[in-house]
Amino acid sequence: MTLGEFALLIIAGGVGAGVRYVVDGAIKARTTSAFPWSTSIINMSGSLLLGILTGLLASRIASTEVGAIIGTGFLGGYTTFSTASYEAVQLVREKKYGTAFAYGVGILVVSIALAYAGYRWGASV
Amino acid sequence: MTTSTRPAYLRGANIGLVILGGIVGVALREGLSLTIPAVDRVPVVIPVVNVLGAFILGFLYEALTRLKPDADVVSRLKLLIGTGFCGGLTTYSSLATDTAVLIDDTRYDVAALYALGTVVVGALATFLGIVAATKLHAPDDRKVAS
Repeated sequence: MTLGEFALLIIAGGVGAGVRYVVDGAIKARTTSAFPWSTSIINMSGSLLLGILTGLLASRIASTEVGAIIGTGFLGGYTTFSTASYEAVQLVREKKYGTAFAYGVGILVVSIALAYAGYRWGASV
Repeated sequence: MTTSTRPAYLRGANIGLVILGGIVGVALREGLSLTIPAVDRVPVVIPVVNVLGAFILGFLYEALTRLKPDADVVSRLKLLIGTGFCGGLTTYSSLATDTAVLIDDTRYDVAALYALGTVVVGALATFLGIVAATKLHAPDDRKVAS
């Protein structure tokens, strides 16, 4: 990886984080549910997009440079594990065990399924 | 719409702090990825940074709750270090996609261990971060205690 690619990757990552903050705020302003929908929607959509991108890399439609900048950079910055983990732990601390499980494991399973579907689609193009 | 009525998530200064922290977090994740090779085609750096970021975020939020700095300082540190740095350092899309690729390779046991292991150890790390920060006390509390 060249220094220029590294610079583009981390800037794309910063932009991804900025987009996450705005999307998170916009969803939170429109929902009242105790379930952390904003982080869920961000992580599920980012997983689907990274799955598609990884599939396109496998079918050699996307270049490794584009894959790194958009996948590792933008989508890595856009999605977040730390907030998901914190929100799951908060649900456990509030003794909302069912919701914590649905969030911690349910959203994980759905995100993997979306990434898998995206990957298969991208790889078959 | 004037700046004062604009919601926090649409203010340029807030978005700027998130982007800045995000750049540093993504740089650390990618720097580690370039340094530490994958083990048996599993990118071990991803679970490591995810668990590390989960610990830092738990510590940060609890520390800010306990040390009670100025409200503006709390909100800026949350954006810079929490939403920005920890969010950029950690990644959910790689966790899901790495697992999907392991499933596609029919490596089901590794996929299950990778995905569930990250979530369980990550939650433990968040909890440990919170516990570590409970050792901190606000200056006022310390005065009362001594």
